[in-house]
Amino acid sequence: MDLKAAIAAVRFGQGRRPGDPIPTDPVAWLDSQLAPGLPGPALPEDLPKDLPALYLAAAEDTERLRTGGQGRPNQQLINRAETTAALGLEIAGDQGFRERLASFWTNHFSIARSRVQYVAGHYVREAIRPHVTGRFEDMLMAVVRHPAMLGYLDNTASVGPNSPAGQRGRRGLNENLAREVLELHTVTPASGYGQADVTAFAAVLTGWSFDGARPPYGFLFRPNAHEPGEKTVLGRRFAEGEQGGIAALHFLANHDATHRHLATKLVRHFVADDPPPAAVQTIHGVLRDTRGDLGAAAKALVRLEAAWDPPLGKFRSSHDYVVAALRALEAPIEVADRAFGGLQYLGQPMWNPPAPIGFPDTSRDWAAPEMMVRRIEWSNGIATRGAGRDAAALAEAVLGPLCRPETLRAASRAGSARDALTLVLTSPEFHRR
Amino acid sequence: MSAHQPAFGRRTALLGLAAALTLPRARVAFAEAPGEARLAVVLLRGGLDGLFAVQPYGEADFRELRGGLALPEPGQEGGLLDLGGRFGLHPRLTQIHAMYLANEALPIHAVAGNWRSRSHFTAQDLLESGADHLMSSGWLNRALSTLPARPGAQPTGLSVGTDLPLMMRGPTRVGTYAPRGAGTPPPDLLARIAELNAADPVAGPAIAEGLQARGYAISTLGMDATARPQPGGAFRALAIAAGRLLAQPDGPRVAAFELNGWDTHSAQANRLNAPLFQLDEGLGALKEALGEHWRRTAVLVVTEFGRTVRVNGTGGTDHGTGGVAFVLGGAVAGGKVGGAWPGLAQGRLFENRDLAPTTDLRSLAKGLLRDHLGLPGQAVARAFPGSEAAAPMAGLLRA
Repeated sequence: MDLKAAIAAVRFGQGRRPGDPIPTDPVAWLDSQLAPGLPGPALPEDLPKDLPALYLAAAEDTERLRTGGQGRPNQQLINRAETTAALGLEIAGDQGFRERLASFWTNHFSIARSRVQYVAGHYVREAIRPHVTGRFEDMLMAVVRHPAMLGYLDNTASVGPNSPAGQRGRRGLNENLAREVLELHTVTPASGYGQADVTAFAAVLTGWSFDGARPPYGFLFRPNAHEPGEKTVLGRRFAEGEQGGIAALHFLANHDATHRHLATKLVRHFVADDPPPAAVQTIHGVLRDTRGDLGAAAKALVRLEAAWDPPLGKFRSSHDYVVAALRALEAPIEVADRAFGGLQYLGQPMWNPPAPIGFPDTSRDWAAPEMMVRRIEWSNGIATRGAGRDAAALAEAVLGPLCRPETLRAASRAGSARDALTLVLTSPEFHRR
Repeated sequence: MSAHQPAFGRRTALLGLAAALTLPRARVAFAEAPGEARLAVVLLRGGLDGLFAVQPYGEADFRELRGGLALPEPGQEGGLLDLGGRFGLHPRLTQIHAMYLANEALPIHAVAGNWRSRSHFTAQDLLESGADHLMSSGWLNRALSTLPARPGAQPTGLSVGTDLPLMMRGPTRVGTYAPRGAGTPPPDLLARIAELNAADPVAGPAIAEGLQARGYAISTLGMDATARPQPGGAFRALAIAAGRLLAQPDGPRVAAFELNGWDTHSAQANRLNAPLFQLDEGLGALKEALGEHWRRTAVLVVTEFGRTVRVNGTGGTDHGTGGVAFVLGGAVAGGKVGGAWPGLAQGRLFENRDLAPTTDLRSLAKGLLRDHLGLPGQAVARAFPGSEAAAPMAGLLRA
C-alpha cells in the first residue's frame, strides 16, 4: 500500500478494514464518496422512522407509564436501533469519508440524545445526512426547523413579549437557540455581533416550534407566540413572520464570517489542530465562491497539500478510535452495540455531547491521561477478537507505511497474539489520523 | 441459541457473574463431560519460566546459571517454599504450596510439547491443536466430542463468546465467558505499551500520567521489588465464577482458562510477582469455590514453553524449551515433584541454553483424559492425533 492510500483511509476515512480494496487513485476514491444517494444506516423494517410514527411511539410509552406500566420500551428500542445502525455503517461500511463528514456536521450542530429522546436519530438522518455534500444553508434550515434542535435549545419555550401569547402570560424570550446559532453554528463572535443582535434574532425565531401531538407533527410556526414587527440582526432587517426567520438563516448561512468559521473548523478537523492559514483560506474561498457548497468544500479539503503531509498530526477522537479499531479487527456489524458502550467508556457518548458546542477536536482534548489508559483497557478487551490473527500483517493491511518499525517489533515480541494486537491498537500511530 | 439464553441469564444472576467477568486478562470456556470428575486447564500464554516458579535450589550449577533469578533457599527471608529438599516453589505461590503439603499438587519439571519452536504463536497453536500441525480444532474439544450427554446436564451454551481459545474450539458445544467492557492489562503489557509510546510527545506523557494516576506506579510496572501486588484480579474472579459453575450438579465439567503476562524478557524477578500471585490466588479461589467437588477435580496448568536457563542482559529470560507444568486438585496424587529431572550441568542443556525436555505435555494431558475423565481410548486418540509415542502418563491421580 502506498502512503497516499494509507493516509486517505485514516485521515479522511475511518481507518481500513484489512480486506478493503486499496484505491489506485485515493483522491478519486474519496471523491466517489461525495456522490448523492449513497446508502445511509440500515434501520429495522418495523422501526418507527418518521416523525408521526416516532411521536406515536413516544405517546405509547407515556400512556403505558400513566396506566401503571414500567419504563419506556419504545424509547429504548428506537435509541438502540438508531445508534447501532449508525455505528454499524461506520464499522462495516466503505464510505468512511462520507461518514466522517456526517459525524463532523452532526457535531457542528450538536444536540444531546438524552435531552431529545425518540427524535435524535431522525435528526441525524433527516437534518444532517442529506446535506453533508449539499448546501450549508439547507442544512442550517433543516437543523433549526427540526424538533430535536428546537427542543434541545428551548426555542419552543420562547415567546415574543408583544405577541398575543406574551401579552397574556408572563413568558418571554428564550435566547438559547438564537445565541447558539450565531455563536456556534454560523457567524461566531468574530463577526462582531452584540447582545442586541442576539435579542433581535431570538425575536425573529419566536414562534418556531413543533407539535408532537397532532398532525402535521414536526415543525410548526406559532403566529401566536411570534414577536410582531421588523427586526434588525447584524445590520440586516428581517420581516415579521416565519419568512423573516427563513431569510435570517439564509443570510447567516452565507455570511462571510460563517464561511471563515466553517473553513477553520473543517481544516482543524481534517488537517491540523492549528489550522494552517493558507489551507483555511482555500476552503474559505471555496465556500464563498460556491455559496456554501459543502460537497465542493469536501473536494477541496482532499486536494489540500497540507492534508497529505505525514506524520499525521491529528489525534483520533474516541469515536474515531473505537470505529477504527473495530474496523481493523474486521468486527461484524453486530458489535455496534458494544461500540456504543465503548464510546461511553471513552468519553464520547454517541450523539450526546455535554454542551451545544459539541465534542472538542484537538489532541489536547482526547489525549487525556485517564482516557489514554481507558483506550488501553478497551483495546485489550476487544483484542480478543483478533485471536489467530497475525498482528504484523494486520498492522500492514490497516496502516501500511504509517506503521512504525518499533510497533512491528513490539508486536513480534508480544507474549500472545492478543497482546500483539493490543500493542498495535495502542501504538502512537494508531491513535493518529 | 436463544433457548439457552435464559440459563445464562439465570446463572449470571445467581452467581453474580456479570461484574466479576468484566476483566479481560483472563478467559474461561466451559464444556460438558460425562461423569462427575471436574477438569480445569489453565493455559499460561507467553511462556512461564519454569525454573523461576519451581527452582532446583539443590542443584549445583543453579545459582551460578540463574544469578539474580535464584531466590534465597527455604527458611531464609523471602526464600523459596520447600518442595521436599531439592526444589522450592516461588514464595508467591503459597496456595499451591499448601496444596502440595496436602498432597494435592504435583509440579512436573522439564515438560515440553511436541514442538521445538520458540515462537509464541507457533508453540501456542500446536499446544492447543494437540498435533504437530495447526488444526482448526483443539485437543480438549475433540476429546469431548461424540461423548454421550450426562443425564440432567444443562446445555453448556452459556454465552456466545467473541471468540474461543483454540484448545476449546471444535465440534463439541462450548460455552464461554468472553470478557466484556473494560479491564486492566497485566503490568507487563502496560509496561510495553508505555514504552512503545514513550517517545511520542502527546501519547507518551498522557499514558505515563494516566498509569501513575491509576496506581500503576513504576513499581507495578516491574521496577520496584518492594511493591506488593493487590490481591485478586481477573483470574481470581473468573476462577470463583468457574468454580461455582463446575460445582453445580447440572453445570459443566470442564473449564479452560487462559492467563496472559508470562513473557518476561526483562526485570523478571519483579515482573513475575504479580502474575504468579494472581495465578496462585486464582487457583486457591477455584479450590474454595469448588467446595466438596475439589476432591473430584484435577487442574492442569501449562505454558507453551519454558525459558532460557541463563539470565539475559536485562534481568529476564528468553524463549526456551523445557518448562514446568502443574497438576493440582483433590483427585491428584501430589506432594512430590514429578518428571525426570535432566539437570543443569554442562552438556545437559538443550542446545546449550534450555532445560532439556523429558516429559511430553501430551502424555500429561492424555493421562488426565484417560484416568481422570475416564474417556475411552478412541477419544484420547482423537484429541492428540499422531501421539502414539507419547503414552498417557500413569499415576497422576490418587488410587
